Amino acid sequence: MATGTEHAPTAGEYIGHHLTHLTSTGHKQASVIDWSVLNVDTIFWSIAMGLLGIFLLSRAASKATSGVPGRFQAAVEILVEMVESQSKNIVHGDRSFIAPAALTVFVWVLFMNAMDFFPVDMFPRIGELFGIHYQRVVPTADLNGTLGMSIGVLLMCIYYNIKVKGFGGWLHELFTAPFGNHPLLYPVNFAMQMIEFTAKTVSHGMRLFGNMYAGELVFMLIALMGSTATAAGFFGHVVAGSIWAIFHILIVVLQAFIFMMLTLVYIGQAHEGH
Amino acid sequence: MNLNATLFAQLAVFFILAWFTMKFVWPPIMKALDERAGKIADGLAAADKAKADLAHAEKKATDELRKARESAAEFRSGAEKQAAQLIEEARTEGVRIVSAARTAAESEAAAASQRAREALREHVAQLAVAGAEKILRKEINATAHAELLTQLKSEL
Repeated sequence: MATGTEHAPTAGEYIGHHLTHLTSTGHKQASVIDWSVLNVDTIFWSIAMGLLGIFLLSRAASKATSGVPGRFQAAVEILVEMVESQSKNIVHGDRSFIAPAALTVFVWVLFMNAMDFFPVDMFPRIGELFGIHYQRVVPTADLNGTLGMSIGVLLMCIYYNIKVKGFGGWLHELFTAPFGNHPLLYPVNFAMQMIEFTAKTVSHGMRLFGNMYAGELVFMLIALMGSTATAAGFFGHVVAGSIWAIFHILIVVLQAFIFMMLTLVYIGQAHEGH
Repeated sequence: MNLNATLFAQLAVFFILAWFTMKFVWPPIMKALDERAGKIADGLAAADKAKADLAHAEKKATDELRKARESAAEFRSGAEKQAAQLIEEARTEGVRIVSAARTAAESEAAAASQRAREALREHVAQLAVAGAEKILRKEINATAHAELLTQLKSEL
């Protein structure tokens, strides 16, 4: 399980290499925040997974019949019904965009998370054949990917706050909730509201990122075991890899579901006054 | 975990994908689901109606059967009554014929015995006259003593 460089990398170099994004600048991002850089691998794989997701969904949609459904249509229908009933319970208002958005989020995040199931070296190795030396294939293990989505949810929350309560109504709520309508409480209320929005958005993105990043890292550590090329290492790689992959099925689906549910919950909160 | 412009790309992709789903995925599937729900509801209603119709038809059939049975019983009892009446009439007729025959026979027998008795009287009177002639020879004139003989005859 060497990475194909001239000398066999140490464990630290191996992990570090696998945790380096393919950036638009061609080298590792120096500062923590640099808005001039794009992670090409994250963008490529997230768009690829998004297209795969909506391709499958639209195939089911284009062939949808009100008669006896096939297995594929029935599976998509189960998913749609699940999202529809959840959104109906959580969001009280016009759901013509919210419910489809929740379905998209679920399918998209599910597919992006599922990239974890490919062997950690598979896509980087294929990339190397074409001269691409860095590649991370799980877009949800990139904070930019998850925060991008959670900020999208934040924008939807703000939009529905204004749409449901009116701009004045929302401003009024920002200053009077949660503690009450009193001039002395306005700054406290506003601060609390800002903290709430920030905490929601950051925790929403961070939760998914943390889970998938940790899962990816464990897969790398397991791969390191196999890279020792000893009988024990091979055996450990097979056993631990199988166990972790099976357990990861739960995490992948659960995190996608949690992300979708939180999306609905946050947007649902935007529909209700404090 | 570095933050960079990928975040905005992901944000844009998020809304594009959600828009696509809203436009092209969600409506056809929901339409199919709603239509199927409608079909199932119609089917269930039709099944209920058919069940009610069947129960109605069964009830009607039972009624018809009961009516037919009742009218058959009526006919039978009527026929039985008529038959009994005919038998009764025949019996009465028979009795009448027998009694008439008996009366006729009795009257005939009575007439015959009367005739026999008359004849016998005649004979006895003749015998008595013959006997008396023999005894009295010429002393008794049949013509002269006719009154006497008739009296004797009626006394027999």
